[in-house]
Amino acid sequence: MLKINNLQAGIEGKQILKGIDLEVKPGEVHAIMGPNGSGKSTLSSVIAGREDYEVSAGNIDFEGEDLLDLDADERAHKGIFLSFQYPVEIPGVTVTNFIKTAINETRKARGEEPMPANIMLKKMREKMGLLEIDNTFLSRSLNEGFSGGEKKRNEIFQMAMLEPKLAILDETDSGLDIDALRIVANGVNKLKSKDNAIIVITHYQRLLDYIVPDFVHVLHKGKIVKSGDKNLAMELEERGYDWLKEGVEA
Amino acid sequence: MKTEESYLEEVTASEYKYGFYTDIEADKVPPGLNEDVIKLISAKKNEPEWMTEWRLDAYRKFLKMTEPKWPNVSYPEPDLQAISYYSAPKRKKELESLDEVDPELLKTFEKLGISLEEQKRLSGVAMDVVVDSVSVKTTFKEKLGELGIIFCSMSEAIQEHPDLVRKYLGTVVPKSDNYYAALNSAVFTDGSFCYIPKGVRCPMELSTYFRINEAGTGQFERTLVVADEGSYVSYLEGCTAPQRDENQLHAAVVELVALDDAEIKYSTVQNWYPGNKEGKGGVYNFVTKRGMCERNAKISWTQVETGSAVTWKYPSCILKGENSVGEFYSVAVTNNFQQADTGTKMIHLGKNTKSTIISKGICAGKSNGSYRGLVKIGPRAQDARNFSQCDSLLMGSSCGSHTFPYIETQNKSAKVEHEATTSKIGEDQIFYCNQRGIGEEEAIALIVNGYCKDVLNQLPMEFAVEAQKLLAISLEGSVG
Repeated sequence: MLKINNLQAGIEGKQILKGIDLEVKPGEVHAIMGPNGSGKSTLSSVIAGREDYEVSAGNIDFEGEDLLDLDADERAHKGIFLSFQYPVEIPGVTVTNFIKTAINETRKARGEEPMPANIMLKKMREKMGLLEIDNTFLSRSLNEGFSGGEKKRNEIFQMAMLEPKLAILDETDSGLDIDALRIVANGVNKLKSKDNAIIVITHYQRLLDYIVPDFVHVLHKGKIVKSGDKNLAMELEERGYDWLKEGVEA
Repeated sequence: MKTEESYLEEVTASEYKYGFYTDIEADKVPPGLNEDVIKLISAKKNEPEWMTEWRLDAYRKFLKMTEPKWPNVSYPEPDLQAISYYSAPKRKKELESLDEVDPELLKTFEKLGISLEEQKRLSGVAMDVVVDSVSVKTTFKEKLGELGIIFCSMSEAIQEHPDLVRKYLGTVVPKSDNYYAALNSAVFTDGSFCYIPKGVRCPMELSTYFRINEAGTGQFERTLVVADEGSYVSYLEGCTAPQRDENQLHAAVVELVALDDAEIKYSTVQNWYPGNKEGKGGVYNFVTKRGMCERNAKISWTQVETGSAVTWKYPSCILKGENSVGEFYSVAVTNNFQQADTGTKMIHLGKNTKSTIISKGICAGKSNGSYRGLVKIGPRAQDARNFSQCDSLLMGSSCGSHTFPYIETQNKSAKVEHEATTSKIGEDQIFYCNQRGIGEEEAIALIVNGYCKDVLNQLPMEFAVEAQKLLAISLEGSVG
């Protein structure tokens, strides 16, 4: 599904990613861990198509197409979803209106008719139940005055509505208390299928207790320095990152 | 890679979409302004003597006045002697149905997407279409007539309802109010007149579409709306103008009279030619709009301003009667080299008077937008209340947004609140939308409409849709 080859990218002349290789197949959950400044968020931004970042080498193949040739909205139309670490506020635009626009713009790009209002509403109700969101949520301005937990829940709600093939969860656990974390993680787990894939970006093991990864990769100084299964995450939790850093720097 | 600057430039650089010119033969007086021209206009319109004298009096007052320099705009002073003050389509016979309307004119409306047929069928809106100063068609008149509602051109009102016109014309905006109001009083060629009798609730939105059409014709519209005791009316005014190279002057006067317990809702969508991307051409829009509220009366102004090269316009309310209410909801968009100095005046004279001001400015390109508002509380306005909110949204870094709020209170019991914010459409917001599959143009439309929601919500449904379209057109590269 996703094949990243020797990806090198940076911002304002500063190189951050120094040759990333990663393959994600349908049905898999990958966790990317690493200390602050290792390039985790840069990687998610580059996959999603944020224009501030310059790609100097490598490519990102998504179902046979090079993502780097596409704009961010076109990548979204192909089924790529990024759950933001810091979701932005859009005053005056309700959650409903935003999601409706997102779904229908995506359908338009795919040559489909807009989703009928009753089907959209039914779907919203169903997904709201999944994430324990109440009705008043829908008519609030997007992320305006939302608590940290509400913002993250809203991200996963959008993911549930848009049904992406590849979802990247960028530090979705940050700012969540343990109850919210459980709800969000349960939501994500229910959305998992053999046809879609998830990349979880996180500092901590905590989220991975709920969303269990098939693969764990450690990012350090713009490179994946170690890959393993879920046990690697446990080991990191116990030993920290230093032992890996030493390995690289030596 | 696109920088934010170049990107915003791209999406905000939109050619004026309504730039076309309708070729209708016009009957036009030679350029120039003097007493003879005014007498000629009055004679051409077959006006009674008192009206001619009224115009001449205004002209004499005008001669003693000078153009105001306080607005935060700059432009070459229009040469008033170079303007032709009267222009009317030649075919002037009475029209019974749309079939009789000049086909060229119908084409014009089709281009605008507001064909009369569509308007008539879809919205049940009665329209008084003003093209180059003479009303061509008034619809729904009979139905309104049954309720005693008068809705006609100003010329017709002067002929048919001289007592009403004489009683109220110039009572809210006196002839000598300001330079351009005086000029308008002297040379206005047409406009709309509306009278709602006591206790009548007008069952439909009354609507006028103004267009400036003939090259070099200044347009001086005069509108008078009188809502008698306990009546209600919602009035819509919308305008677009064809593309022109030379500047066109537009100096309208709108007077609203809301008698005891009456309510007037006046909504405007203004989209005159703003000039090209280099700032050449465009309409000068110097308008005086004011309403008078008697006891328990309410006047609500809603405006969406996207056009004109230079605008100064302050729809105002004089809250004369006890418990009267004034409201002002405004969205003003400036792009490229547009300049707008707009706002309102709320003059509280009576006890327990209330006013609300919601102003949303959007500036893009190299444009300049200013909010200028006055809240004045008179000595007898016990317990008067005002709430003002003035927000500005900036796109790019070459535009300017300014706020000039004035507050004068002469009564200690008054409560006046003012809130203001300035924000910028962030790259973060646009990327967030992009990531959800919403393209750049659609994203900007979404963000801007969200920002203007409090104002757009005040517009009647069909007008709100048009306004949203206009916002998108004025701010985006290739929408529509």
